[in-house]
Amino acid sequence: MAITTQRRKERIDRGINVRTEGIYALMSIKELSYLAAPRLVLIVGLLILPLLLPDMYWKRVITITCIYAFLALSFDFLAHFVGLVSLGGAFFVGIGGYLAAIANTYWGFPPWLTIPFAALVGGAVCTLLLFPCLPLRGVYFAIVSLMYPLFSARVIEALDIFGGTDGIMGIDGFSNHFVEEYAPLGLLLIALFAIRRLVTTDFGLVLRGVKDNDQAIRASGMNVTFYKSVAVYIASTMGCLSGAILVHIYMWSGISLFALDFSILPIAATVIGGSGTLIGPVLGCFILVPISELLRDFGTLRIVFYALILVGFIIFRSEGLMVWGQRKYHQFERWTQI
Amino acid sequence: MNNQPLLEAKEITKAFGGIMALNRVSFTVNAGEILGIIGPNGSGKTTIVNCLTGFIKMTSGHVFFRGRDISKKPPHKIADMGLTRTFQIMRPYYSLPAYKNLVIPLFSPRAKRTGGWRGGGRLGDRNTVGIDILEEIGFERDSYVPYKTASTLPTGYLKRLELARCLALKPEVIICDEIFSGLSMSEIASMVPLIERLQMEGITLIMIEHRLRELFRVANRVMVLNFGEKLIEGHPKEVMADERVKEAYFGSQNMAEVMMHA
Repeated sequence: MAITTQRRKERIDRGINVRTEGIYALMSIKELSYLAAPRLVLIVGLLILPLLLPDMYWKRVITITCIYAFLALSFDFLAHFVGLVSLGGAFFVGIGGYLAAIANTYWGFPPWLTIPFAALVGGAVCTLLLFPCLPLRGVYFAIVSLMYPLFSARVIEALDIFGGTDGIMGIDGFSNHFVEEYAPLGLLLIALFAIRRLVTTDFGLVLRGVKDNDQAIRASGMNVTFYKSVAVYIASTMGCLSGAILVHIYMWSGISLFALDFSILPIAATVIGGSGTLIGPVLGCFILVPISELLRDFGTLRIVFYALILVGFIIFRSEGLMVWGQRKYHQFERWTQI
Repeated sequence: MNNQPLLEAKEITKAFGGIMALNRVSFTVNAGEILGIIGPNGSGKTTIVNCLTGFIKMTSGHVFFRGRDISKKPPHKIADMGLTRTFQIMRPYYSLPAYKNLVIPLFSPRAKRTGGWRGGGRLGDRNTVGIDILEEIGFERDSYVPYKTASTLPTGYLKRLELARCLALKPEVIICDEIFSGLSMSEIASMVPLIERLQMEGITLIMIEHRLRELFRVANRVMVLNFGEKLIEGHPKEVMADERVKEAYFGSQNMAEVMMHA
């Protein structure tokens, strides 16, 4: 009888005291850096990125990447923590962008006022308009939310309001390049860590409960629609914020703000980065958007190479970069015989 | 006012298309008692639970809880008033640890009102309170069971988790939808004292059951349903002796003997 030895991979948590409860995290530099290093790498890495890239073109690419990163963050938050798969990214950008444009050109608000205004009011507008769809879940919500950007663009085109197909021109830009580069980056980092904190609170736990099992939430005496609308408000505020920033960068607002790129690319970034990690989708954007720019040299073949890279990621790192990275960081692996 | 029943159902009717799942069913539940609802498969037991707690809208009829008409209220409002339910098919938050499953109901408006604490107060944060409730209901505190993900827990613990979710709300009424089904005899044996203790603590229970022997040990009154209609209501012994009940369950006379030994 042939003896076949079977092996399996064993994963063991690294022996770090930080894992245990208490004050161990503060006991040594090693433990402290184990916790702080990944976060510092991310924060410092993002902040020095504009300094490393000398030419204006790439600095602009970084800023546009931030726009997508906001959308990816909002998509991942809604899809993974609330169970609403939203294809409404373009809708958020459009509403936020147009609100900022109107506030700036019609009412004369300066950019530092239009951006928070567009984010907060735009979030409310988006939540109100999406409210009738909130009982839907998963892919059904996705289909309906995809309708909103298409619908809005057609309404503006047909009624010829807000400049119609020409869009709104003459919007103020940022006062200087430094603000233009660092305002989106800073806000992105704040949003990222705020959402990460939010999902671990008791409120975030209820949101996860809504995704897992909304009947049990109802049976616990909580209004599912209320929690869903709060989550949609948070997500659409981030989307509108990015739209408002975009409008001030381009100094123009038009129906291309409702382009489906804003709905689709964040999803691709989430697949690459690892869904549910929040940081993964942001990193995914910082990979995908620059790659897409680099591929411009290939002309019409660009989309082919872009698709190949995406397929490669899905086949070889289907769990997502960040999930893989976190596992490698927190655990080591070895082969054991069964 | 003292004579007023805690929960009163008046001629509840529910039709799914042409099928009458419930046909003018009326009953009352007094504070502190345990009402059993039994009946063959498809007789409308779970539909009653869904109608009482607002999970489905009834075609006609009224439900009064503490004298207030709750028949048009949404489920979360009804649960907020203290009328809670468990699900026959357990509905825990599968991706969360058992004690985190309780943090969610503890976050609800009713728990904040009735718990006498606001997270981090005298009784500790919601995690601590959650583990306390789990221990009360039979999760071993010092073991790893309360910390395990709900998807890895066996049926017995999940049934207890369903009850614990209701208890987190400090309810007045718990409607248990087949809390004994799918459990082993020893698991049921440990569950019965739990039910008795809940009654001692003043919680009113409505129990939908197929396990008649265990139900009759704890129930004060039993109501029998068949094809959406109320057959009889009364003391467990009277109900067992009734010919119509035997017929509904077994369809023939000679099988009735089995019922007597159940």
